[in-house]
Amino acid sequence: MMDSSKLKPEKHAKESPAYLLEMERREFLKIGLKITGVLAGGSVLSLISNVNKAYSLDAYRNKYPYKPHYTMVLRQDRCIDCKLCMQACVTTNHVPDYGWRTMILKREVPTSIDQKWDFIPILCNQCNNPPCVRTCPTRATYKDKTNGIVMMDNKKCIGCKSCMMACPYDARYYNEAKKAIDKCDFCFEARLSKGVKNVACSEACPADVRVFGDLSDPESRVYKLIHQLQKPVWVLREEVGAKPNIFYMKV
Amino acid sequence: MAGFSKARMFLNIKSAYERVTSSGMVYLIFVGLFGLLMLIGIGAGIYALFIAGSRHAYGTYREVPVAILISTYVYFVVASTGLCLVSSIGYIFGVRDFMPIAKRSVYLSIITILAGFLVIGLEIEHPFRMALYNILSPNLSSNIWWMGTLYSFALVFLTIEFIFLLKEEKHKKAAIAGLLGVITEVAANTNLGGVFAMMHGRPYWYGPYLPVYFLLSAMITGCAFIIFFFVLSHWINRKTIDQPTKKALESVGKLAILLLVIIMIFTVWKMLTTSIGRASAIEAMNALIAGPYAFSFWGIEVLGGMIIPFVLLLISRTKNIMIMFVASAIMIFSIFFMRLNMVVVGQIVPLYFELSVNEYSKLHTYSPSVSEILVVLGGVGFCVLAFLLGEKIFDGFKQT
Repeated sequence: MMDSSKLKPEKHAKESPAYLLEMERREFLKIGLKITGVLAGGSVLSLISNVNKAYSLDAYRNKYPYKPHYTMVLRQDRCIDCKLCMQACVTTNHVPDYGWRTMILKREVPTSIDQKWDFIPILCNQCNNPPCVRTCPTRATYKDKTNGIVMMDNKKCIGCKSCMMACPYDARYYNEAKKAIDKCDFCFEARLSKGVKNVACSEACPADVRVFGDLSDPESRVYKLIHQLQKPVWVLREEVGAKPNIFYMKV
Repeated sequence: MAGFSKARMFLNIKSAYERVTSSGMVYLIFVGLFGLLMLIGIGAGIYALFIAGSRHAYGTYREVPVAILISTYVYFVVASTGLCLVSSIGYIFGVRDFMPIAKRSVYLSIITILAGFLVIGLEIEHPFRMALYNILSPNLSSNIWWMGTLYSFALVFLTIEFIFLLKEEKHKKAAIAGLLGVITEVAANTNLGGVFAMMHGRPYWYGPYLPVYFLLSAMITGCAFIIFFFVLSHWINRKTIDQPTKKALESVGKLAILLLVIIMIFTVWKMLTTSIGRASAIEAMNALIAGPYAFSFWGIEVLGGMIIPFVLLLISRTKNIMIMFVASAIMIFSIFFMRLNMVVVGQIVPLYFELSVNEYSKLHTYSPSVSEILVVLGGVGFCVLAFLLGEKIFDGFKQT
């Protein structure tokens, strides 16, 4: 019979191979623990940046967090691509020739048996869960607490353009004159803040495509257009989960 | 006492200056060349931001708002994380084989962060506003804020670690500062991955892949930088590599082989998972593997960044330092394009691509402008200049 006590490490001379192996194993485990600790420490710090309010889809659809909750409903099939909305926007908000706050996209469908073209006006979606606001390092872009418009505080903009990367709707550009990112603010600076009720693009539209209003008011036109089951209402790039406030429908 | 230490400091500076000036013509020509490159780059950046305007001088535009300058920033700071992590294996985790490379690696880690900061400082429109409002108006949900802040802290910790490492008797303190440096570097690095990974409007980037990839990729870059700059430094100091350093470089080489295998597996799975995802992500992947970026991907990123170095390192059996040097040089070159591919390909598919509208039916294109290339070279110039000067100022980082 072997003496089992001989197998215990402390019984071995410090030079013996078994002892050295044991030490190496312990060292290795210690190193492993340290590496895990450091990586975990790093990951915790990176988690902090993920603090974000999550909305459930139903909660978002049934109650509107802002008062007034500004929205635009685009009755897409009425658009004739006359571009008067774009012109009105440029004049009202001093948009330079290299930028745009709103524009009209064209989808050509040659195989279609009725109309061959579809026009889709686009603008900032004033998202309830705006990726641009989350990514801005200096809070230069923010969600207005009262009306939910995604606004710019120009003096804080460092021009890192991460909001342009983050925006799912291509709604932002760098404005040289303002030395900041520029975007649609539902004409807040030019009109709403001065008491005007409607936005410039909506007012200029001859086909009544763009219906602007307060979604938290059951008497408003936008509320009535969205709260019905007859005609489908959709948003662009819903899969992103930004919870946009620009809705689309066909009349 | 104070007078004495001041006098000693003056003597130190004087002898460092003498070491720089007495290092021979070839050395001084290189110092001058890379110094000039740095100055031209800084000049080009200042011209672009404050005189011409970035819209005219840089190749970026509304649909591709960030490109080669951000990828260069990523390249440098990711290298910094790698250098810090690989060098920490010795001093912080106690693996003796890695100890001889600590000092120079920490120095390289510091200068690569600074090179990154130099390039991003010439990329963002208002670097001075950034310094102010990063502190006055922080957004704690912004990955960019965390990334920038953590890299700044890492720079401070690494500098403290480096100072303690220079004073041989302060190893304990160096290890503590080093540990803080490693934690902030890891956090900063994964947050940098997070900047892209949290973009839910861009399916090519979105997801948990990039933060992990960044960390892995950092370690690989760190290994390449260490082998490359250690061999260079021995040429500059006209010395042969001593036995402990050689053993350390062998270990770094082995680590690089392991990491290259892992990144190849990562890359294959990224390709496979993306190939069945959303239409716009598939489109981006197609552009990378079979479209306008195919050469940059297969020829440089895959062949130069992974396969050739992997084969060379295997051939070298991590014993032949010259072959390892060539492998690391090819990696350092190729990884630059790996970063550029990651940043640009994430943006070339239009955001409204899946809407099938005429305006956004084609991929966006990007090619760097002259100013952008000069700023990139300016960053490289700074990095090499700081390396060359560091070798003489800190007297070959010798162990006393």
